[in-house]
Amino acid sequence: MQKRVFQLLVDNTSGVLSRIAGLFSRRGYNIDSITAGVTADPRFTRITIVTDGDDEILEQIEKQLAKLIDVRDIRTLEPENSVYRELCMIKVEVDSHARPGIIAMADVFRANVVDVAPDALIIEVTGNQSKVDAFINLLADYRILEIARTGIAGLQRGTEGVIWFD
Amino acid sequence: MNGADAMVQSLLHEGVDTIFGYSGVAIDPFWNSVGQTDIRSVLVRTEQNAGHAASGYARTSGKPGVCAVTSGPGAVNLLTGIATAFADSIPLICITGQVVSDQIGSDVFQEADVTGAAESFVKYSYLVRNAKDIPRIIHEAFYIANTGRRGPVLIDVPFDVQEQQVPRFELFEGDPKLRTYKPTVQGNKAQIKKVAKVLQKAKRPLICCGGGIHLSRAEKALRDFVEKEKIPVVSTMMGLGVLPTDHPMYFGMVGNNGHITANRAMNESDTLLMVGARVADRAVASPDLTLEGKVLIHMDVDPAEIGKNVGPTIPIVGDAKHIFEDFLEEECHGEHEAWERTLEAYRENFREERKSSPDYVNPQAFVRMLSKAMPDNGIYVADVGQNQLFSCRNAIIREGGLFMTSGGMGTMGYSMPAAMGAVSADPDRLAVAVCGDGSFQMSMMELATMNQYDLPVKIVVFRNNFLGLVREHQHFAYEDDYNMVKLGGEPDLKLLSDAYHLKYFRAENMDGIEDTLNDFLHSDGTAIMEVFINPMENVVMK
Repeated sequence: MQKRVFQLLVDNTSGVLSRIAGLFSRRGYNIDSITAGVTADPRFTRITIVTDGDDEILEQIEKQLAKLIDVRDIRTLEPENSVYRELCMIKVEVDSHARPGIIAMADVFRANVVDVAPDALIIEVTGNQSKVDAFINLLADYRILEIARTGIAGLQRGTEGVIWFD
Repeated sequence: MNGADAMVQSLLHEGVDTIFGYSGVAIDPFWNSVGQTDIRSVLVRTEQNAGHAASGYARTSGKPGVCAVTSGPGAVNLLTGIATAFADSIPLICITGQVVSDQIGSDVFQEADVTGAAESFVKYSYLVRNAKDIPRIIHEAFYIANTGRRGPVLIDVPFDVQEQQVPRFELFEGDPKLRTYKPTVQGNKAQIKKVAKVLQKAKRPLICCGGGIHLSRAEKALRDFVEKEKIPVVSTMMGLGVLPTDHPMYFGMVGNNGHITANRAMNESDTLLMVGARVADRAVASPDLTLEGKVLIHMDVDPAEIGKNVGPTIPIVGDAKHIFEDFLEEECHGEHEAWERTLEAYRENFREERKSSPDYVNPQAFVRMLSKAMPDNGIYVADVGQNQLFSCRNAIIREGGLFMTSGGMGTMGYSMPAAMGAVSADPDRLAVAVCGDGSFQMSMMELATMNQYDLPVKIVVFRNNFLGLVREHQHFAYEDDYNMVKLGGEPDLKLLSDAYHLKYFRAENMDGIEDTLNDFLHSDGTAIMEVFINPMENVVMK
């Protein structure tokens, strides 16, 4: 089993996300995370899917996705020449006493405090998955009330492989 | 001109002459427009059979079959027809009426999310939002359905879109602008040369053909290649008829219901070319075992099929017709006469004659007799069940003949509507539907359709008062503890034939059966021949 990040460029048609998600569920493939958003050209959406499987499964996932008529491009984002980011918001139970300590920790991770309540904080941290995981682990001594993670979005480095549309 | 007119004009532009379907308010504007043209509309008796009839039409004509039904229950009834076509890669254009656009999603009368429901077994689907898109969508739909790995395309059209005025109607000409959909039809030349080299060295080469040969109309190219290079051929169920059954290089059907010779050939070959076949479970039960130590060359138009069930040594993505035409330009000249002799000896030795009770008709012998008595270009449509396996193993298909069945999905009730579709595509050919008493009752409502539109089908009903293939399974799996397989209360087919003004023939055993069969095949119009077989007859060779 290995993890892989696929990047898809798809036509922005109604139902395109359900076509893609449906393919994963009916063929029994895993989705670790899926993110989608419109590109600079509103006709297209870029989707980043993190999945896992053995070589044959990963090959099938790529081929089956490529068969979908809305899918314009599919590629693997190799870790060595790609940038991945995930945004995570963590709501931690914290009183005024403990607040400075947790804010100091957030600073180390370049995380931002985006909401302060008398008994809780929301911290926003952005990074690759391992950074986000590390930050969450660091909060183990506190009571985490809620977490919302976006799943990763990614792009290949450099201009090679950029698709231009007229 | 309204949206419905635009649909019909676009269909005419694609060469559509026949549409199978059912009416309902949500599709009424469409049928009203169809009525103003020369397109023949065939009102089936249940929507599922519109899909099967369109499938039979497509497999006979090589053009996509077209069906149209109403929203809600009509659309949902059609799903089995769509899924059946998808499993066998048959090109269909399926049009469904839909409720008024601004009511979609509010669970109004006869609303069903058919594009959602059909998602996993269509090649593509459209929900039309604006009538101005209709010419483009219909042109794209035909292109998608009938290129690459063929399959059904669904077009869901809300009632208001059918009625919407289209002020400037323009037919969509030329290439559909589908930048992402470019099926590879030409096989890679370097790979083809590599395969030719491999074949040159092969001692025991074998070509295993699937339905892709028929779908790409590659029969002639295959035959030329095989005759030139003397490479033995076997087929899957979907590939039956790729070579005439009595062709010296043809060694039968593979699979758990196939011929011993063909399966031996698969096991003993050293170089195996799978063409237009999925290496599916029914054909190759344990691929790893069968393919151990072989050079496997897998050629298919769908790249996702290559490596899905087995990892090939050499993959070629492309259309079987183009690939074999390219192969014809290569010279392999392998030496494998000993291999041919071996297979010929197998064929001689494994004549699969089985004893059958004299009190009944022997279904194997009957299928051979029937297929021999049919004209060369006859269309043999097998249903699903024991009848399918008797048929696949014993039908003799000659050059120009056609064998059809629901292979992938195994949908009971396929044969009669599919045969009806075949006859509507080519009224000069004789179509015979071979079913069991179970599958007959799943589609017998179409007898009226055959009458109404003068679409004569010769219907053979193997009568055993059982769902025979499942009974056989329960015989082996549950030691004759039979559940849900006994067919009681069956109709008297003589009276049923009278009710529909059809000729009725009957064979209770082999006495005089040849004459009855000939009378049946030469009778006018649709006719039923009821053939009584031993209820305890098994297909499995044990």
